[in-house]
Amino acid sequence: MSKYSMHLLVCGGTSCKSQESDSIAEKLKMEISKQGLQETVQVIMTGCFGLCENGPIVKVMPDNTFYIQVKPEDAEEIVEEHVIKGKRIERLLYTDPETEKHVEDSKRTGFKRKQIRIALRNCGIIDPEVIDEYIARDGYQALGDVLTTKTPEDTIAIMKASGLRGRGGAGFPAGLKWEFALKNEADQKYVVCNADEGDPGAFMDRSILEGDPHSVLEAMAIVGYCIGADMGYVYIRAEYPLAIARLKIAIKQAREYGLLGKDILGSGFNFDIDLKYGAGAFVCGEETALIHSMEGNRGEPTLKPPFPAESGYMGKPTNVNNVETLANVPVILLKGADWFSSIGTETSKGTKVFALAGKINNVGLIEVPMGTTLREVIFEIGGGIKDGKKFKAAQTGGPSGGCLTEKHLDTPIDYENLVANGSMMGSGGLIVMDEDDCMVSIARFYLDFTVEESCGKCAPCRIGNKRLHELLQRICEGKGEESDLVRLRNLGDVIKDTSLCGLGQSSPNPVLSTMENFPEEYLSHVVDKKCPSGVCTDLLEYFIIEENCIGCTACARACPVGCISGERKEPHLINPDTCIKCGACMEKCKFDAVILK
Amino acid sequence: MEKIKTLIDLKKIRDEKLFGLQIREKGEGAENRVQVKVAMATCGIASGAKDTMEFMAEALEKRGIEAVVTKVGCMGYCYAEPTIEVKLPGSEPVVFGGVDREKADEIIEKFIKGGELVDGIIPVNYETIDLKE
Repeated sequence: MSKYSMHLLVCGGTSCKSQESDSIAEKLKMEISKQGLQETVQVIMTGCFGLCENGPIVKVMPDNTFYIQVKPEDAEEIVEEHVIKGKRIERLLYTDPETEKHVEDSKRTGFKRKQIRIALRNCGIIDPEVIDEYIARDGYQALGDVLTTKTPEDTIAIMKASGLRGRGGAGFPAGLKWEFALKNEADQKYVVCNADEGDPGAFMDRSILEGDPHSVLEAMAIVGYCIGADMGYVYIRAEYPLAIARLKIAIKQAREYGLLGKDILGSGFNFDIDLKYGAGAFVCGEETALIHSMEGNRGEPTLKPPFPAESGYMGKPTNVNNVETLANVPVILLKGADWFSSIGTETSKGTKVFALAGKINNVGLIEVPMGTTLREVIFEIGGGIKDGKKFKAAQTGGPSGGCLTEKHLDTPIDYENLVANGSMMGSGGLIVMDEDDCMVSIARFYLDFTVEESCGKCAPCRIGNKRLHELLQRICEGKGEESDLVRLRNLGDVIKDTSLCGLGQSSPNPVLSTMENFPEEYLSHVVDKKCPSGVCTDLLEYFIIEENCIGCTACARACPVGCISGERKEPHLINPDTCIKCGACMEKCKFDAVILK
Repeated sequence: MEKIKTLIDLKKIRDEKLFGLQIREKGEGAENRVQVKVAMATCGIASGAKDTMEFMAEALEKRGIEAVVTKVGCMGYCYAEPTIEVKLPGSEPVVFGGVDREKADEIIEKFIKGGELVDGIIPVNYETIDLKE
């Protein structure tokens, strides 16, 4: 049906475009017309291929040939050799770094992709509101298999062997958690899914629940069978209305099929699931606070032990797992522990979903094997930094984590490495910052959040974070002193050591890690009273660029304090001592001569 | 819906409903239809995916193209919402980003009717695990 028998796809991502991919496309079109092939071969610009370090990319369809680092002058050869004679051009082929062989057919030879979707396996593929589509993708098979052929102990052994660790942040081994709950005997136990995703910039769990709600329900039933619970709750924030709607549909359909309810698949096992709504407090992602909120009490944490596995919801043994952790469970049981543990690093198995945000070209949801480096994530999947700016840092773990910098670009991302570098996995928000971001204000931004979200139960978090925030505010306003830096660090350490729950114990991380990685930036704020990135407005001065100023006097007339001087048709000058930084001059200037610096 | 009582029944349903069109459209020749998937997670909907989906469904019907339009979850390309995936019979699916009504119209006229690619293609940069052993 197509009149074209061949397509040449030229990458039109920002990075490739900056390396003349536009003119590669033009040249290809020209060459094709020259050969009179414009009716059968189409040249088209596409979105980013994600392999920006190897750009510009040209892909030939239908034979899936992948050319890298193509230059406009290669166009003629591509058309003459490949399009006409059907010969691949060896020197432009992508080389597999492991086998050191040219990859000819990017599809058939298992062209290695940086992303593997396990937790997101059905997102974007099935209709989340139709249970049959989930079943057709082997949904509920793991549950059926476990119920009919495995004991809870067998199943837990598989989970332990797989090495799956909690994806909510701290990375506690899931199988071990289940074992604790199994061993605590009680007349009633509960399974809880923690869907209280609250990090700024994180949307992994929401996407899983919206795209594949049954995977979470199936996993919860499996957990129920393993620990001996017949009731499960999804604790989800009311701010996720679509996820809630799709979960409700999924629960209804699973009940209608008898995959939830009494005597599931004739095994005698009963399990049902209900929803509990949270009001969106960050602290309720902490499991004890979450349980108190479920019980109708204030969402405040309590000391562990007792752990929820001993005394959780309604004082009964309760197993709490995060959405992404659960989404991995059915696959592990279907494909086996060995398969799962073959992916990832020594201590961190499987994949991790990250929500890429900030100053990155391809903002989006990605899933990469543990051990992938930050460089691969940002430059090979994320399409690089926006507007060709320079990478400065990436915040992982949200307000509980820290920043990774240029020197960490080649560190494999896993639980241990992130902690060793002063950050943490967190739930998977990954916010990228460029040279225009001020690290002191970033630290202040995260503390804004923590101060707002602290439940106020313990003094170190309630008072300590407030003081920490005040110190940072002073520094950003240019009122800081060098001794403040010592106080920041000391206070941060005290808050970490003495807070009641994970929120307080991790809240100083953004400050401490930015101080560690960007000490010079803090120093210039307190000593020189300058913000090198030009973000902290109180530390900036209005300045007239001589070359741009034509001496129209518009700024001087607008200045309410008369601090701008200069003759007509001569460059003007702002006196910083009397300037009140109102910005009126900048607004009036039509020649971009007034800048902040 | 009838209850599934045993694992064997469950496997039967899985095999009967072989992933693909039979689930959505029963009957022979389903694989000869054009399949359109619209990413409809919160982010997609916020960028106008609902409108895109409605338009696609209506326009395809009006123009007499046998097609099935389905909503799916997040495809991961937040920077290019609304995103849709179009699979022409017998060929590989193609993902398009930034699909508003105008773009959707272009996709129908050029790609679906004529197999001609249009701007806005997003190369899929991940692999999804195969559950079948």
